[in-house]
Amino acid sequence: MKTNSKLLSAPYTVWMTLFIILPMLLVAWFAFTDRSGAFTLDNILSVGQYSNVFLRSIWLGAVATAVSLILGYPMAYIIAKLPAKRQSVMVMLVMLPMWMNFLLRTYAWMTLLEDNGLINAALAALGLPRAHMINTAGAVVLGMVYNYIPYMILPLYSVLTKIDPSVIEAAQDLGANDKKVFLKVVVPMSMPGVISGITMVFVPAVSTFIISKMLGGGGNLLIGDLIDMQFLGSAYNPNLGSAISLVLMVIILICMGIMNQFDEDGSSQEGGLML
Amino acid sequence: MKKLSLFLTLALFFVLAAPAAYAQDAPDRGVTLNVYNWGEYIANGTDGSMDVNAEFTRRTGIRVNYTTFDSNESLYSKLAGGGADYDVIFPSEYMVSRLINEGRLAELDFANIPNFQYVDPQFRDPNYDPGNRYSVPYTWGVVGIFYNTDYIEEVTSWQSLWDSQYAGKILMFDNPRDSFAIAQFMLGQDVNTTDPADWRAAADLLKGQKPLVQAYVMDQIFDKMENGEAWIAPYYAGDAAILVDNSDNIAFAVPEEGTNFFVDCACIPITASHKREAEEYINFLCDPEISGANMDYVGYSTPETAAREYLSPEVVESPLHYPSEETLSRTQAFVNLPEDAAKLVDQLWAEVKMGGPGESAVLAAIILGFLAVYVAIIAYKRRKRRRELR
Amino acid sequence: MKKAAARLYTFLMFLFLYAPILVLIVFSFNDTETASRTVWSGFSLKWYQKLFEDRLILEALRNTLIIAVAAAAASTVLGTMAAIGINSMKRLPKRVMMNITNFPMVNPEIVTGVSMMLLFVFAVGLFGGRSLGMASITAAHITFCLPYVILQVLPKLRQMDESLFEAAQDLGCPPAKAFFKVVLPEIMPGVVTGMIMAFTLSIDDFVISYFTSGTTQTLPIYIYSMTRKRVSPEINALSTVLFAAVMALLIVVNVRTAKARGQAKEERR
Repeated sequence: MKTNSKLLSAPYTVWMTLFIILPMLLVAWFAFTDRSGAFTLDNILSVGQYSNVFLRSIWLGAVATAVSLILGYPMAYIIAKLPAKRQSVMVMLVMLPMWMNFLLRTYAWMTLLEDNGLINAALAALGLPRAHMINTAGAVVLGMVYNYIPYMILPLYSVLTKIDPSVIEAAQDLGANDKKVFLKVVVPMSMPGVISGITMVFVPAVSTFIISKMLGGGGNLLIGDLIDMQFLGSAYNPNLGSAISLVLMVIILICMGIMNQFDEDGSSQEGGLML
Repeated sequence: MKKLSLFLTLALFFVLAAPAAYAQDAPDRGVTLNVYNWGEYIANGTDGSMDVNAEFTRRTGIRVNYTTFDSNESLYSKLAGGGADYDVIFPSEYMVSRLINEGRLAELDFANIPNFQYVDPQFRDPNYDPGNRYSVPYTWGVVGIFYNTDYIEEVTSWQSLWDSQYAGKILMFDNPRDSFAIAQFMLGQDVNTTDPADWRAAADLLKGQKPLVQAYVMDQIFDKMENGEAWIAPYYAGDAAILVDNSDNIAFAVPEEGTNFFVDCACIPITASHKREAEEYINFLCDPEISGANMDYVGYSTPETAAREYLSPEVVESPLHYPSEETLSRTQAFVNLPEDAAKLVDQLWAEVKMGGPGESAVLAAIILGFLAVYVAIIAYKRRKRRRELR
Repeated sequence: MKKAAARLYTFLMFLFLYAPILVLIVFSFNDTETASRTVWSGFSLKWYQKLFEDRLILEALRNTLIIAVAAAAASTVLGTMAAIGINSMKRLPKRVMMNITNFPMVNPEIVTGVSMMLLFVFAVGLFGGRSLGMASITAAHITFCLPYVILQVLPKLRQMDESLFEAAQDLGCPPAKAFFKVVLPEIMPGVVTGMIMAFTLSIDDFVISYFTSGTTQTLPIYIYSMTRKRVSPEINALSTVLFAAVMALLIVVNVRTAKARGQAKEERR
C-alpha cells in the first residue's frame, strides 16, 4: 500500500498547485501591489483602520463556534449511538436544510425573528412579553450557528463512531462512572473531530457576509461584508480586498495553530492545519 | 436502491433538459446572444406576460442566453475581471458613464436601431453619455420615500428619515451612493461632487442618523414595510409601486429637496462578439409594443411615450410611475466619480456602517496578542516535556 | 431517562434546524400579490404555476444540478485517492499537503472566487477561448469540495487496520481488488459523508460560482440577482419541490432497507 499509493495523490497535487497555490499567490500579489502593479505596503497598512470590524468578526465567530460546539456535540453523540442504518439517514436529515437556498433560509429567519414576526406572535399569543431579536448581534450569531452547525456535527459524529467501545468498557471496568468516562476518555479521543469541526465553522463564520446584512441590520459590519465591499463597492479595489483577506488569513492560521496545541497526542496533526 | 435513484436522476435530467419548444417563425441563424440584465427585469412569459426573449428568437432566429445580476458593481466586477463574453448589458446611468470613461463600451451604430426614434427627447444626449453614442435607455425611475400612513401623517422632506419619533423604524439603502445622495440632497450638495469636504459632511449626517436606523436594506424593505416592522424607507419608485398598490396604508412621496433620477440603459461591451445581433436586440426592445409589454410586467417606467399606449391607464397616470415635470426638474442623475472620490466614498461608507474608523494599533495588537498566546503555549509545552524527561 | 433526554434533545435540535424550512415551505403557498414573505394572504398554488412557466429558473436549476453532481463525484474520487496517498506519506510531506489542502477552507469565499476568476481568465486567454462557463464553475467547485472530502476520508483511513489490506494481498488478491474489497468498505462512511458534504456545498454556492461562471447561470446566482427587485416566492416553491423530492428519496431508501432487513430476518428463520 505504500509505494504506488503515494502516486495516487499525484493528480491531486497537480490540481492543488494549479487551483489553490496559484490563486493564493495571486491574492498575495494583489495585496502588495496597487492598481498600476507597483509594489506598495499601503494596502496592508490601511487594513488597520478596520480593526474594530476584525474584533467584532472574531468575537462573533468565536461565540458562534463555541455555541455550535456545545449544541452540536450532544447531537453528534446521539447519532453515533444509533444503529448503523439509522445513522446515515440522520446524517442526511442534518445536512438537508443546507440544500435549501442560503438566502431563503436567512429570509425565513427574518420572518421568525422580526418584532412582528412569528416567534413574537407566538410569545404574544401565550401572554409572554415580546423579545427584540432581529438586527442584533445575537441574531447574527444565531444565523451563523444555524448555517454552520451541520459542519460541526458531521466531523464530531465521524470521530465519535470510531471510538473503540472496548476502551470505554475498560474504563468502566476500572471503576469510572459515566461522567468520568465521558470527560477522561471520550472527549480526549474526539479531539481531532472537535478541531476539525471548529475549523469548518469558525472560518466561514468569520468571513460570512449575507447573514450580517439581513439579520444584523447592516450596521454590524463583519469582515466578509468589508471584503465584499471592496470587490462590489463604488471603487473596484481588489488590492485592498486581498490585503484584508491576507491579514484575516494570518490571524486564522495563528488561531488554528493555538488550537492544534490542545491536541495532545498529535493525532490530528495529520488531519489538521500546520503550526 | 442505487438503480432507482439513478433512474430518478436521469428522469429529472431529461425533464429539465428538454428545451422549451416554441414555434420558430424565423429560421435559426446559429447565433446565441449573451444578454446580462438585472434579475426580474424582463417579461418572461409568466403571469400571462409576453416572453420577450422567446418573441425575439421567434422573430429573428437569434437565440438568447439570458443571465442576471443583482447590482451594477457585480456587473462591473465581471466585466473588469474578464472571462464573460456578454453582448448586451444593462448598467445604470452612473455605471454607463464609468464604463465609457474606461473605454469598455462599444459605440452603437444607430442605423441598426431605428426604433430609437421612439425614445423621448429628454432621454437623449444625457449627462452620463454625452452625445448619446453608447447607450439606449431601457427603463427609468426616481427614488422616493415610502411610509406607513397608520403611523406617519405626511412626508414632504428627507428630514423625516432623521425624525427621532420614528427611531428604530427607519430603513436606509444598503449601498453607498443612494444613501449618500439622500444626505447630499438634505445638505443641498451636488450628488456628483468631488469635494472631499462635501462627502465628509454627508457622512457625518449619516453617522448621526445611524442610531435611529433599524436596518440598512435592499429588497428586505418590502417585507418589513408590509408587516409594519418598519414605517418609513426610501426606495426606487417602480419596485415599490407594488407595495402602494396592494396596501391601503403605504404611501409614496418625492421629497421637496429633490431626488435621484436613475436610468437603466442597454449597452454593448467593446468585447462583444455579436455586435450586429446585439443591436438588433436593443432595437427590438425599443419597439413600443415590446417596451410596453415589458414594462407592464417589470413595473418600471418606459422612456417611450408611444409605449405608454400598451400600459394600463392607472399606471400611466400614476405620479409614482410617471412623475410630473415639476418633480422631475428637482432630480439629479448620478455620474461616475473619479477614482479618489470613489475610494473616499467607500471608506466613509464603511465608517458609517462600522461606527467610526479603527486604529491600526488595535489590529497589530490583536495579531501580536494571538502570536504571544501561541508562543507561550509552545514554550510551556517544551518546558513540560523537558521536565518529564529528567 | 437517558433515552428520553436524547429524544427530547434530538427533537429540539431538529425543530431548530427545520423551523425556517417550514416557514419557507408554508410561504410558498402564500396567495400574495406583493411576493410577501411575512404576511399570509391565503392559500394558492400560483407560485408553483409560475415556477413551471419560468424557463430561466429551470435552466438555472439544471445547470446547478449538473455541476453539483459532477463536482461531488469528481471531488469524491479525487479526494479519496488523495487521502490514500497522503496517508502513506512521511510526516513532513504529509504536513505540507495538509496545510495546502486547508487553504480553500481558510480563505474567505470571495477571495477564492476572484482569484480563481483571474486565473481562469488568464488560462482561457492562453488557450484562445472566449469565455468561462460550466467547466470553470465545476473546476472551482471541485477545488473547494476537495478539502472536505479529504478531511472526512483521512481519519477513517487512519483508523483502519493496515494489516487487513496486507492480509488480503497475502491471500492472493491483486492490490486493486484488495482495495475495492477491503479498504473501500472500511472507509465508505467517510467517503459517503464527504460526498454528501461536497454536493451540499456545491448546490448552494453563490460567491465562487458568481465569479467563475462566465455567461452561465446557476440557481444561487439567479436567486441572488433577484434581490434588487424582490426574491419571489417562486424560489420558495422551487425549494419546496427540491425538499419534497429528497425527502421522498430518503423515505423510499428507508422503506427498501427495512424491507431487505425484514426479508433477511425471514430467511434466517
